[in-house]
Formats: sequence, C-alpha cells, structure tokens
Amino acid sequence: MTQLEEQTMMNLSNLSRLSRGDGRQRPWIDEVRRGAIERFEKVGFPSVKEEAWRFTNVSPIAQSTFALGEGALTESARQVSEQYGFGIEAAAELVFINGIYQPELSRAGKLGSGVRIGSLEAAIEEDVPEVRQHLTRHARIDGNPFVALNSGFLRDGAFVRIGRGVRVSGPIHLIFVSDAASQSTVSHPRVLIVAGEGSDSQIVESYVGTPGGRYFTNAVTEIVAARDSRIDHCRLQQESLEAFHVATMQVVQDEASNVISQAATLGGKLTRNDLNVILNGEYAESTLNGLVVIGGDQHVDNHTLLHHEKANCPSHELYKYVLDDRATGVFRGKIFVQQDAQKTNAKQNSKSLLLSDDARINAMPALEIYADDVKCTHGSTTGPVDEDMVFYLRTRGVGLDAARHLLTYAFAADITRRIKVVPVRRRLEDFMAAQHGLPQDLRITDLGSHDEAAR
Amino acid sequence: MALLEIQNLHARVAAAGGREILKGVNLSIGRGEVHAIMGKNGSGKSTLCQVLAGRETYEVTQGTVTYNGRDLLEESAEERARDGIFLAFQYPVEIPGVSTSYFLKAAVNAIRKHRGEQELDAMQFLKLVKEKQALLGIEQSFMNRAVNEGFSGGEKKRNEVFQMAVVNPMLGLLDETDSGLDIDALKVVANGVNKLHQQDKDRAILLVTHYQRLLNYVVPDFVHVMIDGRIVKSGGKDLALKLEDQGYEWLEAEASQPA
Repeated sequence: MTQLEEQTMMNLSNLSRLSRGDGRQRPWIDEVRRGAIERFEKVGFPSVKEEAWRFTNVSPIAQSTFALGEGALTESARQVSEQYGFGIEAAAELVFINGIYQPELSRAGKLGSGVRIGSLEAAIEEDVPEVRQHLTRHARIDGNPFVALNSGFLRDGAFVRIGRGVRVSGPIHLIFVSDAASQSTVSHPRVLIVAGEGSDSQIVESYVGTPGGRYFTNAVTEIVAARDSRIDHCRLQQESLEAFHVATMQVVQDEASNVISQAATLGGKLTRNDLNVILNGEYAESTLNGLVVIGGDQHVDNHTLLHHEKANCPSHELYKYVLDDRATGVFRGKIFVQQDAQKTNAKQNSKSLLLSDDARINAMPALEIYADDVKCTHGSTTGPVDEDMVFYLRTRGVGLDAARHLLTYAFAADITRRIKVVPVRRRLEDFMAAQHGLPQDLRITDLGSHDEAAR
Repeated sequence: MALLEIQNLHARVAAAGGREILKGVNLSIGRGEVHAIMGKNGSGKSTLCQVLAGRETYEVTQGTVTYNGRDLLEESAEERARDGIFLAFQYPVEIPGVSTSYFLKAAVNAIRKHRGEQELDAMQFLKLVKEKQALLGIEQSFMNRAVNEGFSGGEKKRNEVFQMAVVNPMLGLLDETDSGLDIDALKVVANGVNKLHQQDKDRAILLVTHYQRLLNYVVPDFVHVMIDGRIVKSGGKDLALKLEDQGYEWLEAEASQPA
C-alpha cells in the first residue's frame, strides 16, 4: 500500500475530523464521502496499463507523502493570493487556502439578487437546494479514481449560483492557493457552479501555490448550465513547478445554453485535466479551448470528452501546446455523437509547437458517431516554428531568434485573443511576452497599443 | 558601380538531390533603375528573388552577388533587410496573433538600430505610418489586425507595398506583386511603386512579373527575359510589348541554340 493510500485509510478512520462535529453537518454528505472513499480503496490509483492513463504515470503522486492541507491563513498563502488576484477588475474575488474558504482574503461584492458565491461548506450546512441537487451528482466517482478521492475528502470549496436571468458584469474569480510552505500538502478543492436560466456570467478558477512548493492539488468542478444560460469559464493553472495537479471538470448543459471553457496550463510538474461536457439539450453550444505552455520536465495531459446527446448542438474545440526542453504533452479529445444528436456540428483541433528536439506530444483525436446527419471534423498538427513565417519576418529585418520568439507568442495568442475575460487574457499574454522577451504592445486587441508602446 | 551585381549565379533546392533552378544568372542593377524580369512559370524568377532575399531553402552553388560593394551571399536574410533590401512576397505570409503595427514597428526599429539611428517610439512610428499612407494614398485600416490574416489577395499585396514604403529600402524586389489583382488594385500597387521610386531617386526596383500589364503603369528602364534559370534576353520596355505580342517561343528557340 502506498503512503497516500495509508494516509487515506487513516483519515477515513477519523472522518469526524473532517466534519466539525457541531451537529450541523448533513448526513447525506457523510454518506457521499464514505462511498467515495470505499470506491477509491477498491480501485486505488490508476496505472499506465489503463488506456486513459497510458501516457501519464501518477506513481510519483502515489509514492509521495502529503499531509492533508489545513485551511490556516498563513503569510505565505496571503502573499500568493495577492500576487494572483485581479483586484478591482474582478466583480468578486474569493480565496481558498488548501481548498478552505478564507473570508478575510475574499471580496464577495454585490452581484445582484439570486446570486450566491462563497464557501461550499457553508452552503452544505445551510442545505441550499441546488447543493443537495447537484453536488457530487455529475462528476462520477466511478469514472475516475481522483474524483473518488476528492469526493472522499470533500469538505469545502466554492459554491457559485447565478440566479435566473442575472447578468453579472465582470469575472468572478476563485483563487485556490495550495500552501506547502512548511510541509508537503494535499488538498481537494471542490467547486459547484449552478447557472440559472438565462443567466450570463464569467467565472475564473486560478490554481496557484507557494513558490517551489511540493504539493498535490486534486480539484473537481461541477458546472450545471440551465436553459439559455451563458458561462464564460476560465481555468488558469499556475502551480509551483514541483506540484502535482489533477483536476476533473464536469459540465452539464441544458437547452440553448452556451458554455465556453478556456483552460490554460502553465505550471505544475505533472498535470492531468479531465474535461467532460454533456450537451443535454437542443441548440446547446460548447466551446473548449486549451493552452499549454510548458518546459523543463513538465508533463501535461488533457483529456476532453464531449457528449452530443441532443440534436442541433454546435461544439468547437481547439487545444494548443507549446512544448520546450524535455516537456511532454498529451491530448486526447473524444467526441461522442449519440443517435438522437442529429445536425450536430462538431469541430475539434489540436496544434502543438515543439521548441526543442526533446519535447514530445501524443495527440489522439477520436470521434464516435451514432447519428447519420452530422458534421464532425477533427485535426491535429505538430511541428516546429513555421519556417515560411520566420523567413517573412527576417526579410523585414527581424532577427532569427526574435522571429522565433514572436511566432511562439503568436501561436499562443491564437488562443488568448479568443478569451473575453480581459484580466485572464492579459495575464496569459503578459506571461508569453515575458517568457519571450517581448514587450506588451504586441496585443492586437488593445486599440491604445501605440501609446503604450513607448518603453 | 552598380547597386546590385549578379554574376553567373547558380542555385539549387537545398536538399539531397535538390534540383538546380538558377543556371547562371547575370544581372546588373544601378541605383535608381527600374528593372523587370519576365518569364513563364517555373523559369526561376521567384527563386531569384528568394535567393537575393536570403532564403535558406536554396543553396547557391556558384557565382557571386555584390550589393553596395559587399558580398551579399555572406549575409543573413535579416542583415540584407537591414542593409536595404526588401522583398515583396508573391504569397505574403499570414501571422495570426501578431498585430501589423507591432510587426512593422519591430521591422523599422531593427533597421534603424542597425543603421545607428534612434529607434522610433510609438508616436514617431504612428507619424511615419500616417506619412506613408498619405504618400501612397492608401487607407490603412488594418494596423491593429493580425499580419495579413483574413486579408484578400489585393489587400495582402497592397500591404506589401505599404510595408516597403514604411521600411524605405534601397532595393525593392517585387515578386509577382501584380498577380491576382484586378485593374483597380493593380493601379494602387503600381502607383505606390512609382511614388516610392520618385521619392528617392537612388532607390532601385526589380519587378518580377508574368504579364506586360503591370508595365503599363510602372515603366521599366530595362526588361529581362528569364528562361530555364537564365536571363536570355535584355532590352528596353519595348521588349515587354514584343513578348506580349509574340509570346516566348521565339526566345525559347533562340535559347536552345548552342552558344
């Protein structure tokens, strides 16, 4: 038995430590936890012999010792949360340390009637109907051992409910800080987002940690999009380069809802993201965009699974990887089109830019179609920087290295410019510009770029 | 001394067993001169432009190219650009994610820095752009769009001429800048080339084209005919008219005669 499993068992025997023992916890959640832990005990960590985990070896996680992260507000965690905050650009900003809500560091803002954002634990205790209805109902513990592990340790996280017809202006920012300043920690942050009928919101999840910290973040997000709702969701993973990050996001969309998922992975030593979307109503639309920018010995594995269950749903997917040094990437994108899902229009594409001879990508697009009147395409390209573009820049006087940097930036900008959540887009563009020694006046979308450029 | 002196230039595709495309080109271009190279598809016209601009996919196997008294073939593509050679592409490359304004400012400043001139700041650059717009009579609506992305063929070619105006080269190589343009777009492009030529009497232009049509608007001092990797005939602007009238057959027959 690995050390984490031992610890899991230890904590299981001490489940009361998780609940606060003040009698306000709900029995149903204890049952969920117990069932999830049982499931995890039964299956354990996945091995590379399983197809879904073939290219991602999680034994470094299984063989490490992590202490269950406490929610104490430490100076190091406070600094990290401030560093990654959006400030006034966010409509609201909530901070979590090792998955536990920090009211002192958070700003809930005034978002309108029917909107509730805050601690998931508090929402469980209050028995908020949407929590009882949706929490742990969508991300299935039998689908992925890490979901079972997260559900087994489910305690706190974020609950976001956007009321019917409410349009929130500005992003709601959830910052998950893993604090491993004093010891290696594990945390299991949980997010539940319930978007009411006709609502419109931008929600950003940032995953960060104490610099150089060795920790394991095991996150699960469930998103429920009601009829005609629109969610612009961004996920920014900028964990420590020593960290392990495993995350599952489960999205369920009702009729004519529109969910945009933008997932950027920049940090972490080993990252696995599972994104599962179910288009469960006609005319629902789904956009899945991903950007991975890694180097060193970083490894990132993105699995996306898109279920077209009903007719007339468009979906668009574009994942881009920039891989340097010995970094390795995996992209597995699967689209299921069920028999009822006629007139599906699904497009999937993955593109990888290899900046070194030792970088690797495994891209596996897959379509499984049971309807006969559909339009589905997928494609995948991998290669170094385009030499025609390099030559074009050089004939304009731009040096070879500068041209390569600029084109790498441009490759990623193809994703970032699609992001409508301004502080997220800017953060990613600035990250790319800094990495490539470029000024910030590259932006296409800033009309004032000429004025900014004097540096 | 000529601005550009090409002697017995041979070049092949830089790959194992790569085909030889230029088979002994001789050409001399003086300051302020406008030259046109005509020829059929595959005759080597575009390859000559690419080799002069420093494309590494071609390997020069023989011959010399002297530009402004220096050995051009020793220089990288960016050094040539900074020394005043500009290639207007036959197929301008789209660069999604880089704004035209950033791209052009980077180009202008790379060249200025090389010449020991002060780099332009944002305001100065904007002023330069406006000047060149006025000069060419081109409405420049795409400074804030990605380089060439989603541009029509005509817009791309116009953008090439505009870039040429902004970087202000000594030698402009225009690789089939006229192809695929309707008559109005052709006039805009030709007018731009003429303006640039008038503006600096020392500036030389090399036009590569299929058709005589462009030469109605940009009048060359010299016309050359390229067949199978060699310039087989040179003359004045009348030669273009003769080619338009009689085609290339008479020259091909001439070229195949043993020297």
